[in-house]
Amino acid sequence: MTELTSLTIAEAREKLEAREFTSVELTEAYLSAIDAANSVFNAYVAVTPEKALDMAKASDARRASGQVGALEGIPLGIKDLFATRDVHTQACSHILDGFLPKYESTVTQNLWDDGAVMLGKLNMDEFAMGSSNETSHYGAVINPWRANGSNQQLVPGGSSGGSAAAVSAFLCAGATATDTGGSIRQPAAFTGIVGIKPTYGRCSRWGTVAFASSLDQAGPIARDVRDAAIMLRSMASVDAKDTTSVDLPVPDYEASLGQSLKGMKIGIPKEYRVEGMPEEIEKLWAQGIAWLKDAGAEIVDITLPHTKYALPAYYIVAPAEASSNLARYDGVRYGLRVDGKDIVDMYEKTRAAGFGTEVKRRIMIGTYVLSAGYYDAYYLQAQKVRTLIKRDFEVVFDAGVDAILTPATPSSAFGIADEDLASDPVKMYLNDIFTVTVNMAGLPGIAVPAGLDAKGLPLGLQLIGKPFEEETLFRTAYVIEQAAGRFTPAKWW
Amino acid sequence: MSVDLATVKRVARLARIAVTEEDANRMVGELNGIINFVEQLSEVDVTGVEPMTSVTPMDMRKRADAVTDGDKADDIVANAPTTDHNFFLVPKVVE
Repeated sequence: MTELTSLTIAEAREKLEAREFTSVELTEAYLSAIDAANSVFNAYVAVTPEKALDMAKASDARRASGQVGALEGIPLGIKDLFATRDVHTQACSHILDGFLPKYESTVTQNLWDDGAVMLGKLNMDEFAMGSSNETSHYGAVINPWRANGSNQQLVPGGSSGGSAAAVSAFLCAGATATDTGGSIRQPAAFTGIVGIKPTYGRCSRWGTVAFASSLDQAGPIARDVRDAAIMLRSMASVDAKDTTSVDLPVPDYEASLGQSLKGMKIGIPKEYRVEGMPEEIEKLWAQGIAWLKDAGAEIVDITLPHTKYALPAYYIVAPAEASSNLARYDGVRYGLRVDGKDIVDMYEKTRAAGFGTEVKRRIMIGTYVLSAGYYDAYYLQAQKVRTLIKRDFEVVFDAGVDAILTPATPSSAFGIADEDLASDPVKMYLNDIFTVTVNMAGLPGIAVPAGLDAKGLPLGLQLIGKPFEEETLFRTAYVIEQAAGRFTPAKWW
Repeated sequence: MSVDLATVKRVARLARIAVTEEDANRMVGELNGIINFVEQLSEVDVTGVEPMTSVTPMDMRKRADAVTDGDKADDIVANAPTTDHNFFLVPKVVE
């Protein structure tokens, strides 16, 4: 049955339609793959085999009666940040112990409405705060990739590390993920697969545990560009329950694959050539430029002068919003409660025991920058800088640039429990240096694998587009994928 | 600006997170590291720049002021650590 799990969503869709196998068979193949390998990767924090098989049976029955949704019978993994009715939903935090929501997030409901099957909930950094998946209450996730000739365990990136590892290790056909500063694109790049963060407002945030509401956006992590296009079409929707969701028709993203790049202008921002960037990333970027040029695109040098301020502004805005969003975890309405001598003592003890170190650090930063006397100096200044970051992009797009090509990450995957990164939080934050600008400006960004480094580890390129022009990103990423090929880890598990 | 031990304790109190002396001492260094990193924003000239309030220009959607949800008290308290007759129970607040 192992070959069933190696199919892309598009391939499985075709074979299900041709009745070569059923959704139940496909789902069973994934469940046995999870059974065999999840203890190695720690990608799933909850597997839901009964629910999966029930959903698969229902899907097969629908297909028999001629009802076929866009994801009919396709088994997916769901990041633990999405509320799934009566199923483990804890944002991989101790403070949400035992939480079983009585409602379904809009994004997952859209997937089920289109016929998809849920395999279980995927590991992630606690409350999506991290770039290595090591802040999860459920422990680190292991990257299916290893450096040549090494058995050192590597991180899959974060915060959607479980999603990326599960897709890359063939433990689901595709996965939902979320991206606040790079949490879809960085793990996709670290595991040699595709991840897209759509424009802010493209997917409803309703039922997704909030981290930083003005930056959070859901998107898919998938084996290739086509699968990401198929999944995003189902995930995206306008939603009366999220007033920031946008009332624009959801295009058939798949239709944009294979379209020519002739006449398209691709911008190369000089600010993304950062100090200390490995030469191989520089080379990969040049290779990406060459591929797009060969495909008929015009390459132009551009400048995004406020790029270097995006990460510091992010580390004010995101913690500020997080400190407010996470105020709701007080031991009263859900999750963990640690008793105290009075109500304030109960709050303080509950939150001290329930939140991990990184989450506490960000709540503290957020509380500090919003506190009396500091609001103007930090928060207001950061929001003004954010306006400038967005303006940089607007100037470039107004000048006729259709998309921007950058590296996805400043390095390939690093080791679990890297001491250098653990000792300095800011160093870990620098992982998001190429991705965070996109969230600050609310733009869509896609990470697509483009090659391997000297150690044999995958590296990705990022394409940034105009608001709601995800089709341009899919079309351009597809050209890179066609040129670069696909990347699969050598199986050691 | 830099953060000292007293500030860390005050912020922890505001954030309702109990910290031990050891936690607080560690956080002084960490928070200063982050504050120093974000401090570079002060060099940006923001004269006449409006702070961002929404990344995509959009009008707030409105709807009729009508009840569209409710009658699910059992669901709402279903995940609470302690409840009684659909009330959340907390330690005594008023003496």
